[in-house]
Amino acid sequence: MSKKPVQFTLNGESKAVFVDDGQNLLDVLRRGVGDLSPKYGCGQGTCGACTVLIDGEAHLSCLTLAETVEGRSLSSTGGLAQGAELHPLQDAFMRHFAAQCGFCTSGMLMAAKSLLDRNPNPSRDDVVEAISGNICRCTGYEPIIEAILDAAQNGAGRRSA
Amino acid sequence: MSISVKTFASTAEAATALSGDRAARFMGGGTLIMRAVNEGDQSFNTILLANDPALTEIQAQGDRLIIGSRVTMAQILASRDLEFLHPVARAVGGPAIRNMATVGGNLFAEHPYGDLTAALLVLDCQVTLAGGQTSTLPDLLRDRTREPRVLVASVSIVRPQSGIFKFRKVSRVKPKGVSLMTIAAWIPQSGGRVSGARVAYSSMGPTPMRVQAVEQALEGATLDETGVGNALSAATSGIEPPTDAIASSWYRREVAPVHLKRTLLGG
Repeated sequence: MSKKPVQFTLNGESKAVFVDDGQNLLDVLRRGVGDLSPKYGCGQGTCGACTVLIDGEAHLSCLTLAETVEGRSLSSTGGLAQGAELHPLQDAFMRHFAAQCGFCTSGMLMAAKSLLDRNPNPSRDDVVEAISGNICRCTGYEPIIEAILDAAQNGAGRRSA
Repeated sequence: MSISVKTFASTAEAATALSGDRAARFMGGGTLIMRAVNEGDQSFNTILLANDPALTEIQAQGDRLIIGSRVTMAQILASRDLEFLHPVARAVGGPAIRNMATVGGNLFAEHPYGDLTAALLVLDCQVTLAGGQTSTLPDLLRDRTREPRVLVASVSIVRPQSGIFKFRKVSRVKPKGVSLMTIAAWIPQSGGRVSGARVAYSSMGPTPMRVQAVEQALEGATLDETGVGNALSAATSGIEPPTDAIASSWYRREVAPVHLKRTLLGG
């Protein structure tokens, strides 16, 4: 199995790694770079737990061939907080009890960030649509929807990071 | 088994590599191929990529639209020319999947996927293969797993007049779920009667399909409750719906007329 060098930006930091042929991006992020924030859920594109942003667009890292992110800019939940200061989305999730087991939370946050970056004032339907590819088995979704709407009201979509 | 990845600058080079290697698969957006890799699929060991920009273009040519095979569902949703396909693209997965899933991939998606393909079937879709040969979509679907495998460069569809094109995806999970059945219809009328109808299903057989019994029953009918009665009776004529985790064959047969009626008449 050959290795290929791949360079990309992750949460503003340059990364250079060797990836295996056929290796998915989630594996590279978690094991190659050490960013454990995107989760491995289904490996089929069904659960959304591995969602990251590639050049600002939500992608499923488990279904992304790692070498195709050469030169691109990636964002993960690991880059949301600034030191001890939580991102408004993270803060809203905490206040609305939008995380129980927490396994879906990382993907939910990135799906929500992708929405708010494009649409800072989403409707409830917009939020439901934005997280429609993310499965949560604990919360019943309502606290997550409320948290995203609350974060939008508090200007999460106008924050750059 | 280890996987090798080969990247080509042109579609033609990738097509040549695909036709010459039974263990190679062409990857568009990755939602099918990477899923298979993750599941340990042993039927292929080579992934082919093509960086040809023509594969990601959408072009208007007269009353037809040419869509590159690597155009994503998100690109369809961003295209004004393809506004009539927006409900179809929106029915495919969540936003992350739509940023990845391609038109070409949908043509090769196995049951229960292929919602877009049902729509393409009623939009007079012509398929252009890498190398320039053309195929009808039903022919491509019939032969899609046959060796040597073909690489689709683009599809050409007709732009429908307002109100002619109808689409409905039925799923049990809201707002998004795997298709129980998907119905696409092209219902032109002349003198108040249906003339030249096309109706297609996906998730009702091994591949998306035209439903000729329904099309014939609609010919000359009025588009009202009485007029579509024969078409609803023929909703599953000649079709053997599959049983899967989503629904049994019996259930699909039972609900098909209900959803066909809603597609044709609204509601």
